[in-house]
Amino acid sequence: MENILNGRARRFGDDINTDYIIAGKYTKTLDFSSLAEHLLEDLFPGFSKTILPGDMIVAGRNFGCGSSREQAPIAIRCAGIAAVLAKSYSRIFFRNAINQGIPAFLCDTDSIAEGDRIIVNIGSTTVELPDRGTTLPMTPLSPVMLDILKEGGLVEYLKRHGGFVLDPQASDRPRREG
Amino acid sequence: MGKTAVEKIISAHVGHDAKAGDFVVADVDLAMTHDTTGPIAITAFREYGREKVWDASKVVIMLDHAAPSPNERISNLHSLLRTFASEQGIRLYDVGEGVCHQLVVEQGLVVPGDLAVGADSHTCTYGALNVFAFGIGSSDMSGVLLTGKLWLRVPDTMKVVFGGTMPKGTCAKDLMLHLIGKIGSDGADYLAISFGGDTIRGMSVSERLTLSNMAIECGAKVGLMEADEKTTRYLEGKYAREARPAFDDDDAAFRSRMEIDASRIPPLVSRPHSVDSVVPAADLAGTAVSQVYIGTCTNGRLDDLRIAADILDGRRVSANCRLLVCPSSRQTLVDALTEGVITKLAAAGAVILPPGCGPCPGTHLGVPGDGENVLSTANRNFKGRMGNNKAGIYLASPATCAASALEGRIADPRPYIR
Ligand code: SF4
Repeated sequence: MENILNGRARRFGDDINTDYIIAGKYTKTLDFSSLAEHLLEDLFPGFSKTILPGDMIVAGRNFGCGSSREQAPIAIRCAGIAAVLAKSYSRIFFRNAINQGIPAFLCDTDSIAEGDRIIVNIGSTTVELPDRGTTLPMTPLSPVMLDILKEGGLVEYLKRHGGFVLDPQASDRPRREG
Repeated sequence: MGKTAVEKIISAHVGHDAKAGDFVVADVDLAMTHDTTGPIAITAFREYGREKVWDASKVVIMLDHAAPSPNERISNLHSLLRTFASEQGIRLYDVGEGVCHQLVVEQGLVVPGDLAVGADSHTCTYGALNVFAFGIGSSDMSGVLLTGKLWLRVPDTMKVVFGGTMPKGTCAKDLMLHLIGKIGSDGADYLAISFGGDTIRGMSVSERLTLSNMAIECGAKVGLMEADEKTTRYLEGKYAREARPAFDDDDAAFRSRMEIDASRIPPLVSRPHSVDSVVPAADLAGTAVSQVYIGTCTNGRLDDLRIAADILDGRRVSANCRLLVCPSSRQTLVDALTEGVITKLAAAGAVILPPGCGPCPGTHLGVPGDGENVLSTANRNFKGRMGNNKAGIYLASPATCAASALEGRIADPRPYIR
């Protein structure tokens, strides 16, 4: 997986739930390319047609709340979104995104506007906003999530490891995930 | 320092002492998946090249989200699930058996002290039976099918204590809407809620399930309750395994503690398009509703149908409104038929739907029209949830829904309670 991501910000607000990301009526399929065209359409009709390679979804609090449907991060991935940045994630979506190999970064997104260029290095602790000449601090992913992400998702991770391998040092750090 | 019930259950499933904040790999007692999330989990599982799941007796598959199938695409997904279940020797509950979460509790597939996962966000429902249960996605489910284990971070616990007697017209649903309205849709993010207090102790298991079901609507991983004699009676004769109930120690480290006086909570309604937008039903009285839905894993059980039937008995649903009723399981349907509850509902004008999710996830059986309002006993009112993003969904108790169906407008149920 690419370690340095460079793309445009696509702005969304707080509490973007998985029904908005992909409506339930589209989820019953194994044809994942059909999910992409409906990404976030209830909030932004035609959104998927406006996506350029490298675009990142930038949202506020509680991104991905609601249903456990993994079709949500699958739709994000298949639509060509490179990463998600949010102030906080709902727990299930956060896991699902990483399991789908989508970098989901935690940072204070308030100062990021639609169209802003974003440069971010997976595993780093900052996000660069070159247009604004600023960097934002980022909460790092837990080691297990980083390992899964580096493999490109959970299926690849499990193919390699056969099960979950935890770093015993990882406990007790103040993290909001899992 | 004492431990929370959550820490105790997780400790028993990782083989060592675990406390909030720890990352652990836990053994799973039950893994549930259904017709929306199962096909992706199975496709992923097949990539591992392993012939058999870790333990077929601990896996269940439910066909409930679009059941019976409305189109060929979904029929083929159902076939895929049936084939996988029979190849693997996995129990499959076919169309018409009911909503996944109702089946798990009603069939005694979990016991107090279990750790259960489901590829569905409302898996937190089983918390009402003292089960540490939470929703996961399809990839995580594929990992559970492969290994029987899942990594997780032990959550901190928010203690929520309900005291006092619910006033007439107030239901368990109203208590949960009150809590969600108060703490917001992410108020318990990454936390476990542990419910307690004399109001909860006084509730039936069915009412408790309604509260735990909606724990995810404020972000909680689970809505855990203590097991008591009602839990034991509810599960009696349903399971062979031994229950290992877990209790919060008084000196456990809770993240926060909240006391709520249930005697002051009126019938409430959650407004579109966010569950935490909660106001008294009386404040919305007169808002036109074109469709009322009584059902789902939140409020489709026998006592919910009884509450509705008591209000609707001998009366007639408004000509401006459709009333859809969906029993949460075949057992619920049979019991409601035997008791005459279904007759009262149908005579009042209700459309009786086959047990399952019904119109809740927006696939079929009652998609609202543009500009219509729906009042529903479900747990979620996101825009587009029921299949049309130009409709507005309000959420309320079965009592409020029944009274509103009579008026064709949102109504405070209290004048209709006999
Ligand atoms: S009834 Fe609704 S909330 Fe419950 S499992 Fe089915 S779709 Fe989900």
